[in-house]
Amino acid sequence: MVDRLIAPKITDAVDFTLKLPSYQKHLLKNGVEVYAINLGELDTLMVNFVFSAGNWFEEKNLVAATTSYLLKSGTSKKNAFEINEHFEYYGSSLSRSCHNETADITLHCLGKYANELLPAIAELINDATFPQEELDIYKKNSQQRLQVSLKKSEFVASRLIDAYLFGEKHPYGKYSSFNDYASLQRDDAANFFKQYYQNGRCVIFVAGKLPDNIIEELDKNFGSFPLKPWNTAVENIEHDIIPAIEKKYNVINDENGVQGSIRIAREFPNRHHPDFQKAGVLNNIFGGYFGSRLMANIREDKGYTYGIHSYFMNNIQQSAWMISTEAGKDVCRATIEEVHNEMESLRDELIDEEELQTARNFMIGTILGDLDGPFHVAGRWKNIILNNLDENYFYNGVNIIKTVTAEELKALAEKYLKPEDFYELVVV
Amino acid sequence: MVHFEKFQLDNGLRVIVHEDASTPMAVLNVLYDVGAKDENPEQTGFAHLFEHLMFGGSVNIEDFESPLQIAGGENNAFTTNDFTNYYVQLPAENIETAFWLESDRMLSLAFSEKSLEVQRKVVCEEYKEHYINKPYGDVWFKMRELAYKEHPYRWMTIGKELSHIENAKLSDVKNFFFKHYCPINAVLVVAGNIKTAQVKELAEKWFGDIPSGEKYERHLPKEPKQTEARKLEVKADVPLDVLVKAYHMASRTEDGYYFAELITEVLGSGNSSRLYQSLVKEKKLFSSIDCHHTGSSDAGLLVIEGRLIKGVGIKEADEAVEEEIKKITANVIEEKELIKVKNKTEAAIVFEDMSVMNRAASLAIYELLGDANMMNTELAKYQSVTAEQMLVESRKIFDEKNSNTLYYLSNN
Repeated sequence: MVDRLIAPKITDAVDFTLKLPSYQKHLLKNGVEVYAINLGELDTLMVNFVFSAGNWFEEKNLVAATTSYLLKSGTSKKNAFEINEHFEYYGSSLSRSCHNETADITLHCLGKYANELLPAIAELINDATFPQEELDIYKKNSQQRLQVSLKKSEFVASRLIDAYLFGEKHPYGKYSSFNDYASLQRDDAANFFKQYYQNGRCVIFVAGKLPDNIIEELDKNFGSFPLKPWNTAVENIEHDIIPAIEKKYNVINDENGVQGSIRIAREFPNRHHPDFQKAGVLNNIFGGYFGSRLMANIREDKGYTYGIHSYFMNNIQQSAWMISTEAGKDVCRATIEEVHNEMESLRDELIDEEELQTARNFMIGTILGDLDGPFHVAGRWKNIILNNLDENYFYNGVNIIKTVTAEELKALAEKYLKPEDFYELVVV
Repeated sequence: MVHFEKFQLDNGLRVIVHEDASTPMAVLNVLYDVGAKDENPEQTGFAHLFEHLMFGGSVNIEDFESPLQIAGGENNAFTTNDFTNYYVQLPAENIETAFWLESDRMLSLAFSEKSLEVQRKVVCEEYKEHYINKPYGDVWFKMRELAYKEHPYRWMTIGKELSHIENAKLSDVKNFFFKHYCPINAVLVVAGNIKTAQVKELAEKWFGDIPSGEKYERHLPKEPKQTEARKLEVKADVPLDVLVKAYHMASRTEDGYYFAELITEVLGSGNSSRLYQSLVKEKKLFSSIDCHHTGSSDAGLLVIEGRLIKGVGIKEADEAVEEEIKKITANVIEEKELIKVKNKTEAAIVFEDMSVMNRAASLAIYELLGDANMMNTELAKYQSVTAEQMLVESRKIFDEKNSNTLYYLSNN
């Protein structure tokens, strides 16, 4: 009989060699870079256009997001229905999303239909018309959605904490109001589109089992557009971060709420700072995975919450270190106390070797699992390229996970995990 | 085409192996043939609460998570009305750790009082987070009770009420475990960078000596055919009115399931679907609307769910939905629309199969439904559906007498 008290031998995940599969880089006629990741057996394809068109660049709130949403709502030849029908006819999806610095247009399709779909994307970029009627529907429906979202404590908490960290005027901190929607004009979106999409900076990521002629097809469809390469020098737009002075907030959003949304956050440097990747290991131990101290204590020991997590915000200019959870209304204070206790023990005591080794192995295992498949690999590269880093960032990160010491992590905890530096918010 | 091999251990455990050398990872997936539908009506939410307790230590291993994390792995689980699924993903070299952990908790749990006490609280917070502290959080509690009168699909996997979870006892936990969590009632799938011979050896080594257990014979009440339209009106503290209509449809293994799936695509999936185009864009009665189905093993529900524009009357909105239903039950859909929904289904299947974790779970679920190879025959089934079959099926589904309509109204 097998002895179940003895764990099977394992290979330490830190002994694995991680390799980030490389890309092929191509240039379109207009200089736009295409990063191509040719991987996988299935006939799946992703084409991701990234524009430097996030809300960083808007002069009026919501214009960037609105432009992104409406860009597939009409051209001079097709109405919104015909556009959607075309993509859906081939079983594909064309999504668009707007972030702080960037805005994406992303096609997911079976490779065999790429030639039917790329021209349709080119038509949008060349000729999106932003019909007034579509804008009106969007405004109304968005206002209604906002009305529902404002009933959710977690939505309200996430907006407020960003505003405390960065200021309500900063792209990372500002949020939408009913009035912002009301004041949107068709020309706001049309002009933004012209400047930041049609004549804007763009980079393309393609991943999957790439059709042989994909680069040719991209060049044919997009190579003669007045798009600019990603590294084109443009006028710098600066936004000052103006954090709130007051650190602690209690907000009542719903008298009958049974849970509080807790957000505890401090500012944190961006990826270029030497502390960033090391702090990633500390964060993992603190609240970054199921075995983390916050989960072990606040969920698995106390049962105060269904989940508690800590993470760094994915910002280019400046990040923030965030702890986020929804906890029973009567245990919100106790939850915050326990978060402070966990910070304290990371500041005061060295993490023991077993816990550190577990975190190392878990993180390496996660990266290994995450390099599975072309879209994930493309996601890694995209993160590196858009943050102006190179592949050394990936390999340094892996090396740090394998070698960072308990002493270094304690020093980082002393530097960053001080409750008095954190904003604290509870929204019920 | 997903290749796999299948064998059975002497204790009845079904094992499926799917080799994929392109990934450095391996997945071990254990599916138990028990879901919320197998619960006592006075103890709902138990299957899901039990899923949490599966992480509270097993008979020989105090802590499930740490050894797995040390091996570079991660894991999770989910419970539906039909089954409970557990999966572990880790570097393929360390696959034996997953065998060790999963087999020990199939053998027996630690049954710790502390773990039960904590997980009761955790699940209560999960309940609050998703179903109480959210506007419209209880819509599906109401709709399930309206549409099902006998079948246990009438309650949610999270449970009918908080008290059922709060009152769970350790003796209930033990009984549940020994009734359902045994080799004869489970399917094990191992997928990724592994070899069949290796899996055979490891399965025999770690699962081979677990007592078979008794085959669980399910005797669930069959939902009687609905004979008249049902309506329910609810007022709640929400900003906007919501309309939900649900219709009984075929079970997972009947042909009607495939017809219904394509009908939901025509009506309500994507921005070129009929309901979105007509009711959101043209008539501007809804701010959002979609059509989906519950996808359950036993006869499920086809659902139309929409949020009204402020100021629009719920009757007017309901009638507009009825008009679209009239259209789909009057004439066969056009060739172009049929091709569209089939292409969408094809792409959805291919994209889902990209991840080895999804493939492992699908193989297990299909095996439980009758045959793991359904994974390879599904697409052809969708592709063979005709417009006429969809018409006949839609008339059956959208029969007025088969309808359940919920008006969920704002009281402010």
